[in-house]
Amino acid sequence: MRLSLHLGLALTLAALLAAGVSLLWTPYDPAALSIAEKLRPPSAAHWFGTDHFGRDIAAMLMAGARTSIAVALVAVGIGMGLGVPLGLLAAARHGGMADEVVMRGNDLIFAFPSLVIAILITAVFGPSAFNAILAIGIFNIPVFARVARGGALSLWTLDFIRAAEVAGKGAVRISAEHILPNISNLLIVQGTIQFSLGILAEAGLSYVGLGAQPPTPSWGRMLAEAQTMVTLAPHVAIFPGLAIVLTVFGLNLLGDGLRDRLDPRLRARA
Amino acid sequence: MTLLAVRDLSLRIGPTPILSDVTFDIATGEVFGLVGESGSGKSMTALALMGLLPGTARTEGQAHFGDIDLLAQDDAAMTRLRGRDVGMIFQEPMTALNPMKTIGDQVAETLLIHRAASRADARRVAREKLERVGLPPDRFPLSLYPHELSGGQRQRVAIAMAIALRPRLLIADEPTTALDVTTQAQILDLLQGLVRDEGLALLLITHDLAVVAGMARHVAVMQHGRIVETGPVERIFRAPGKDYTRQLLAASDHRPARKPQMPTSNPQALLSVDNAVREYVLPRPSAFAAHPRLRAVDGVSLAIRPGESLGLVGESGCGKSTLTRAILGLDALQGGTIRLGGAPVIAGRSMSPTLRARVQAVFQDPYGSFNPRHRVDRLVAEPFHLIGLPPDAEDRIAAALEEVGLSAADRHKYIHEFSGGQRQRIAIARALIIRPDLIVLDEAVSALDVRVRAQVLDLLARLQESHGLAYLFISHDLSVVRAVTDRVLVMQSGRIVEAGETARVFASPEHPYTRRLIAAAPTIPDAWKEHAHAD
Repeated sequence: MRLSLHLGLALTLAALLAAGVSLLWTPYDPAALSIAEKLRPPSAAHWFGTDHFGRDIAAMLMAGARTSIAVALVAVGIGMGLGVPLGLLAAARHGGMADEVVMRGNDLIFAFPSLVIAILITAVFGPSAFNAILAIGIFNIPVFARVARGGALSLWTLDFIRAAEVAGKGAVRISAEHILPNISNLLIVQGTIQFSLGILAEAGLSYVGLGAQPPTPSWGRMLAEAQTMVTLAPHVAIFPGLAIVLTVFGLNLLGDGLRDRLDPRLRARA
Repeated sequence: MTLLAVRDLSLRIGPTPILSDVTFDIATGEVFGLVGESGSGKSMTALALMGLLPGTARTEGQAHFGDIDLLAQDDAAMTRLRGRDVGMIFQEPMTALNPMKTIGDQVAETLLIHRAASRADARRVAREKLERVGLPPDRFPLSLYPHELSGGQRQRVAIAMAIALRPRLLIADEPTTALDVTTQAQILDLLQGLVRDEGLALLLITHDLAVVAGMARHVAVMQHGRIVETGPVERIFRAPGKDYTRQLLAASDHRPARKPQMPTSNPQALLSVDNAVREYVLPRPSAFAAHPRLRAVDGVSLAIRPGESLGLVGESGCGKSTLTRAILGLDALQGGTIRLGGAPVIAGRSMSPTLRARVQAVFQDPYGSFNPRHRVDRLVAEPFHLIGLPPDAEDRIAAALEEVGLSAADRHKYIHEFSGGQRQRIAIARALIIRPDLIVLDEAVSALDVRVRAQVLDLLARLQESHGLAYLFISHDLSVVRAVTDRVLVMQSGRIVEAGETARVFASPEHPYTRRLIAAAPTIPDAWKEHAHAD
């Protein structure tokens, strides 16, 4: 339990570090072509080897981490920023019209397979990192709305909310002052999980060519470009694949670990 | 004849000692009461006997049950024993049954697990047992699910499960604490009948001395994991040998010293409720039917004078809480009016904050009444939202805490650092801080242990006198209402069925429902008390 939290934290920090460092320094220019150096296996000069254009894979992975993390982070931000207030509103007006509208709207979004809609959005508005963010972000809204509503509903039955009502506080104020701080644990945990799903979704969209466009490096597109030469130079596919797997794995472990750590019910049992 | 002889039972969970040297005997066919306040180790004793302790628990001592030692059995042996020789029922009937299985299957399951009967026989026995616990076949077929039953009926099913294999010992851990007083009386009757007819022994664990007084032959009083005193109930109650027992007995029918308010002394009503109606819209029974309505409060009228204590008693679902929410201006009425000092109480923003500030409330649950993330000063200061933060807010927070018997330094602590009784004091400080005229006490002492409850009642009486507060005291506990109110209202199915001076209503109740309530409330016989107090 402890181990998973620490391992998850380490993997997540590694990905964040790679993205952060890439802003200042990468071993090579990730966009620099050098056909003479193409498909070199890992070596001291090129830690993870080079791809079919002779670009340094380590440099591309670092820069790609930046794209993945930025897309996922903003998408989670959109989901939280819109979903949480909607969920709080639904809980505050439980059983009322607002609750009904928010929850049925949620159901509507949930009813569509997310990747298909993401493909639709990027197909209509053109493929770009921004549209990928939008597509992934929209599907985060109902997730956060549900988590926020569920957590808030159980709090609304407690006497301290009654006391706040007796103190003349309205639903908005109670939601901000009493509900939100007490569901922040839930939201943080859901945030890490959505973050990992966002990275996966970005990789998926880039893989089918609907995410970040060249020359912006992206893990998903690296995989797509590598697939034709998987037998020839497996390292070109293995390293971006590993980057995705380890980052998603790390974020999931972090989410689980945080849940165990932050949820007082689970903490009491431990 | 001794059925269960517990000798020097000690228990540690990890490094923490839970029980030490618990020793008592239960004879065949008797009710043995185990009383104590929360955390005294009553339930742990029962779980130790049943072998249901957590894995890190270590027990010492013996518990001779017939010719075996319950504490020396391995898991497999205890599994065979539980249900067959020792049955158990728990406090919470709402969660004691599996919601996905019919009541017939659940009672039959006990027999099937112990391979005591074939499937058909098991169902026949289940039928018999359910009938024995007062669930006759015409109204309660085996195919019912727990959600179709009330709390009392579910507790009957739990009892039927526990007695299905005719165990020699039944352990009942607070079996009636979650039930209404009239239901409690029926369940206690049933348990007593079972002891008499089936010859089983009953270990009755409760915090309620009055329940023990009416049920048990012998009693053991527990405190801090030890048995303080044990003996025949009547002797212990008449002449308690230990201070702790004496304190418990005194606290259980404690009456705070208070000046009764004469109804004629101040005719102008502070709060008047006139013909209040509150309806809920229920879901449609079928797609095109009209929404049925539930009238939770049905034409209720009442008045509270300044400085008066008014009691409101009734069982769960009678509409007390709904009425309270309307009085606090949280829910709108469908009919009638509520006026506070002449001004109308309306739900929502149209009610002025200064009017709202005249009524505050203290709620039941000391653990759910506070935002765990705020410090005490912020919690207590919350009602200032109504009147604006005064310049001397800090001083007033300190004063309010000191007034309820806490220290001003407590304001920097978080709520989890306080006990249940202290939390209820903080709740009172929160209600007091803006100097309301009326405090609604919604089951405010129901969750407290008797000694703490007595202290809080004293505090409330003192504050009432010094501030001229009026109280609306809502409770299901008749003895408390009797001790602290001037007048009392009895509520049943949304209506006030009886109203009058507290002493008069309790001495000569007029409405049959009031009579039933008073008769059902367990009491310690007066003769025992007089003797004890004379000591």
